[in-house]
Amino acid sequence: MTKISSTLTIEIREVLESLDTRKSTVLSSLLAIHDELRYLPKEAIEAVAVYKEVSVNDVWGVATFYTNFRIDTPPTKHQVEVCWGPTCHLMGAGAILGDVQRELHLNGEGDTPDGRVCLKYNTCIGACSQAPVMMVNHKIIGKATSESAMKLLKELD
Amino acid sequence: MSLFAEIEAESKSIWAEIEGGEKPFIRIGTAMCGIAAGASAVVDEVKNFVNNNNVDVTVSEVGCIGICFAEPILDIKISNGTRLLYGNVNPENVSNIIDGCLLKSDFPKSKLIGSLGKITEDNDAIPDLLQDPIFKLQHKIALRNAGEIDPCDINQYIGRGGYSGLNKALASMKSEEVLQQVMDSGLRGRGGAFFATGLKWSFLSKSNAKEKYILCNCEEGDPGAFNDKGILESDPHTLIEGIILAGYATNSSNGIVFVRHGHSGPINKIETAITQAYEKGLLGKNILGSDFSFDVDVSLTGESYVAGEETALMDAIEGKRSMPRSKPPFPAAFGVWGKPTNINNVKTLAYIPSIIQNGGEWFKNIGVNKSTGTAIICLSGKINNPGLYEVPLGISIGQVINEIGGGVPGGNKIKLLQTGGPLGGVLGEAGLEINIDFDEMAQAGAILGSGGIIVADETTCAVDLTRVLVAFCQYESCGKCFPCRLGMSQMLETINNIAEYKASEQDLGKCRKIGGAMQAGSLCGHGQLGFNPIRSALQHFKSDFDSHVFEKKCPTGGCESEYHFPVSTKPYGSSSSSDSKPINLVLNGKSNQ
Repeated sequence: MTKISSTLTIEIREVLESLDTRKSTVLSSLLAIHDELRYLPKEAIEAVAVYKEVSVNDVWGVATFYTNFRIDTPPTKHQVEVCWGPTCHLMGAGAILGDVQRELHLNGEGDTPDGRVCLKYNTCIGACSQAPVMMVNHKIIGKATSESAMKLLKELD
Repeated sequence: MSLFAEIEAESKSIWAEIEGGEKPFIRIGTAMCGIAAGASAVVDEVKNFVNNNNVDVTVSEVGCIGICFAEPILDIKISNGTRLLYGNVNPENVSNIIDGCLLKSDFPKSKLIGSLGKITEDNDAIPDLLQDPIFKLQHKIALRNAGEIDPCDINQYIGRGGYSGLNKALASMKSEEVLQQVMDSGLRGRGGAFFATGLKWSFLSKSNAKEKYILCNCEEGDPGAFNDKGILESDPHTLIEGIILAGYATNSSNGIVFVRHGHSGPINKIETAITQAYEKGLLGKNILGSDFSFDVDVSLTGESYVAGEETALMDAIEGKRSMPRSKPPFPAAFGVWGKPTNINNVKTLAYIPSIIQNGGEWFKNIGVNKSTGTAIICLSGKINNPGLYEVPLGISIGQVINEIGGGVPGGNKIKLLQTGGPLGGVLGEAGLEINIDFDEMAQAGAILGSGGIIVADETTCAVDLTRVLVAFCQYESCGKCFPCRLGMSQMLETINNIAEYKASEQDLGKCRKIGGAMQAGSLCGHGQLGFNPIRSALQHFKSDFDSHVFEKKCPTGGCESEYHFPVSTKPYGSSSSSDSKPINLVLNGKSNQ
């Protein structure tokens, strides 16, 4: 999964070159790179700083502020998100989150030790009428249960 | 023939053929609610069946018709014009339903939830949904096309009367007249502050600047609210038409739709709609041959709740951390990129096309007192019919919950309502008596906010739910104002202690004090209302708190069940994560300046 720095730099440059320079911002550049690489390596931070003519500090400031950015660590193969917002909580998200963590041998958010799955808590996916909601590799699953969550986890390769 | 008359004639004939023609029309709801319920597989199955059996039918993916609880919904118009709604459809049911409805004219009863409009044949057994309180109590203005049209087909929108408000304004009204109609309508902003929209626009219209912005806020981070995304996904053109009209009324040059990154359904739909509007000459230079030019863009934000605050939103558009600015200067004087700016919520702008088409007076006659028009309510939680409903203002919360929402499942009693997002706090059962009227609600200490209502039943512990609300507020504090940044962390610690029977009575007093400081010392509503979850829960459910503090017991056991919340990863949080990396890097001298 780890790419050597020069390949990364080329990929990042390609993303930045595809942007509309008049409209792009530090945030939109970071989002575009994140869409492509699924994380922000430090090379991306430096490249955006050069591209937008701001300090590396400013770019770090933005990157660490928004909770959707994954920084410095290459992405896992799969991403599992479970919503913990009030509606999902009422509908049983706590037990699902607990079971998902036990299944993945995690204590809280983060990557599994084998680097295969990343668990993320989501504050609101936006499908509250289908609560509890989870996402597996960006696919929204409504009316989730511990059983359906376990089944989904087992299907991940 | 004018430019628009040509466009309209073409679209109307296309729509008349889809809607009124002999050919059957299948609508499948693929808004977020539909997708979460598994609509994608249903769409695939419908397309397969139609292709394999050479069925002559139009298939459209539509937005949310509102009854999310019945998703995935297959909405079939058969050749005599009758519309049949099948709910909770699995891919396995598809062939049976389509075969029965379209090939055998003997529609299956299984999964059939009813018809939209009365069936002319002797079919009393099939309920007419339009006579059901779920539909009958609603008055759809902003959601008039939701679930009716394909959001990615501009012809369907124009065919149902879309962009005729814009055409009317450009062809026969001065910008001041458009503004006057909005003022006459009594429309108030639906983002939660309920400020008069016409008055807000008038601030911007006074500026002579060449570059002026209309921002449309669809950040919608409130858990329990999905109406903004619902409009974007179901009828993006009504929003675009509303933004252009706002631009025309205020002589502005640019519009920006602000959406949270990652909500790909709503984002794809608004982007498609913008492209289509440009292609038809409804956006860009000299719209519909008039002197008025206007551009609309989409701007994405990262995950941050505070980005929904109007000044923080402008910082996010500029690509910075989304933190609120001090006011004054107000956005109408110094907004995004320093240009005069007006910010409205999606719902507010979605009303504008209908207001211009039918006149301000028409809108004013809907609703009650100084709350004109409708409320777009999202029901979720312990309720039989969770969904997206547009009701005339003045209706009671109880009517919405019991008659439209179908009450609480399992014969349980309703205990608590959480309204207006986490900062809105909670209401007790007495909240059912309150009418949805902005001023009446404010007087009763209830916050309608952006329209989310989460229902909890008697099995819920108020402390347990409050803990989630406070954890959310702590996690999402942007960190700019220290009373909010530190205060929210102390609130979270206290509510956790209460839930774990470790708190004393003094802790609640401490919270009150901190809450006061937060209210006085924070720039935006996040800090100002940060104490609201605990304050309101204490007001309505003191006995739940007392039982934790004095008897060391949770009345429902809710606090003893599993509970997980994320630890804020922002640098000020109590996180153990290694966020020191960025700082190290900077200290290592890697700077471009």
